[in-house]
Amino acid sequence: MIHDFIAIIQDYWLLLLIGQYPNGPLGGLANTLILSALAIAFAFPVSILMALARLSKWWFLRWPMTALVYVTRGVPLLMLILWCYFVIPLWTGADVPSFLIMLVTLVIYQGAFLSEVVRAGIVSLGQGQMDAARALGHGYMGAMRFVILPQALYNMIPSMISTFVSTIKDTTLGYVINVPDLTFAASQVNNQLLTQPFQVFLILAVVYYILCWSLTYVANSVERRIARRRAGPRNPRLPAEAAPLKTITEQL
Amino acid sequence: MSGFDLSAILTNPEYISMLLHGIEMTFIIYIGSWTLAMTLAILLLALRVSPLRIGEPIVAAYVSYHRNVPTLVQLMLWYFGIFTLMPQGLSDWLANNNAEAIFAVIGLGLCQAAYFSEDLRSGLRSVSPGQMEAAQALGHGYASAMRFVIMPQGVRNALPPLINHSVSLFKNSSLAIVIGAPELTHAVKEIENISFRTFEIYMIGTVTYLFFSLIIMGIGAYIAMRADPARRARA
Repeated sequence: MIHDFIAIIQDYWLLLLIGQYPNGPLGGLANTLILSALAIAFAFPVSILMALARLSKWWFLRWPMTALVYVTRGVPLLMLILWCYFVIPLWTGADVPSFLIMLVTLVIYQGAFLSEVVRAGIVSLGQGQMDAARALGHGYMGAMRFVILPQALYNMIPSMISTFVSTIKDTTLGYVINVPDLTFAASQVNNQLLTQPFQVFLILAVVYYILCWSLTYVANSVERRIARRRAGPRNPRLPAEAAPLKTITEQL
Repeated sequence: MSGFDLSAILTNPEYISMLLHGIEMTFIIYIGSWTLAMTLAILLLALRVSPLRIGEPIVAAYVSYHRNVPTLVQLMLWYFGIFTLMPQGLSDWLANNNAEAIFAVIGLGLCQAAYFSEDLRSGLRSVSPGQMEAAQALGHGYASAMRFVIMPQGVRNALPPLINHSVSLFKNSSLAIVIGAPELTHAVKEIENISFRTFEIYMIGTVTYLFFSLIIMGIGAYIAMRADPARRARA
């Protein structure tokens, strides 16, 4: 059994790592990481705009965003992927690569979830920060830009990392529209070997485990450091005082 | 493509029966895996708080594996991997008894148990130790203090994440399409293939999922409201 694992890794490590890259599209673990990193990079500004829209005093910004957030929370990601897979080529009239479709889907989906985190971060700061900034002469946007968001986003860093982890896990769903990621590469390996599906999928699970476990570990240590900093220098041993932001992320 | 026409699907008895079968299977998977997950979660929690030294690391490893490996990969490992390693008699029996649905229930249930047990644990941990001391000072034993003082508060604290994760489980039941279980998303894809009315059938599928998710959220909010002590004191 052990020999099977070693043999599979020896024969296929390059395929699992970068897919068929020099001769074909980039794939494998590299593509999984690029896809998740791009998704989170785009979802971040989108989520800030969505959170601001949800906190806006204008109903024509607030209502559609609230509806969008509820729809994304209530509908499976798979359904959203199928929608984008159908609608994006229809609107653009072009042959859009599945990688791009998956990226758009993830930006919408994670943007909606992150916007809840951003909103919670802004609300948890309290009205006083805004009042004080306004009293000092900032306008609404200025207060947001220089006072509210820097504090809210700093407190959000651990949630951001755990959103990155759940994005990595979400990219596996690209399998249904043939995005060439790690899961796709593993199923290619499985199709070539045919006789060792358990070994192949266990290797796949272990790779994801190592990746997500280490990122979660980083998130936890960053969270402790931030909690200590928020507690202030006077009682650095009481991080519980600064109630950590609840991590609102979607599991998958 | 002709214009948007929901009735083309909603008046066709064949499509309706496919949709209803899909919804039925989605609910079988959902209720089956929810029950499995909750039972396992309580067992895991009991193992974790038990005086057994070995319990803690076992549960921690279980939770860590199921939270850090994508659910889809867990399902694939079960259906494509572990299924093939089973003894002939068992795998034959499974193959004749809707193996896809059974493995969807097992895979989703085992994965969700990790989340549920963490929710319950953090709920219980948020009850301050003073509560236990006070209950014992009032003459309760350990078990009765747990039953009447700690548990009601702990479970109430755990309700919001439990509700969130129950909704996620419902949504995740759509992953069963990858191993071929004939649930709602599967039915939607099949009707799309026959009717070519992609827009309409996706719309129906989306609204159905949204409808049931909102109902689950609503039931959760109702239970949370009923459990609220402030409301009970007024009643």
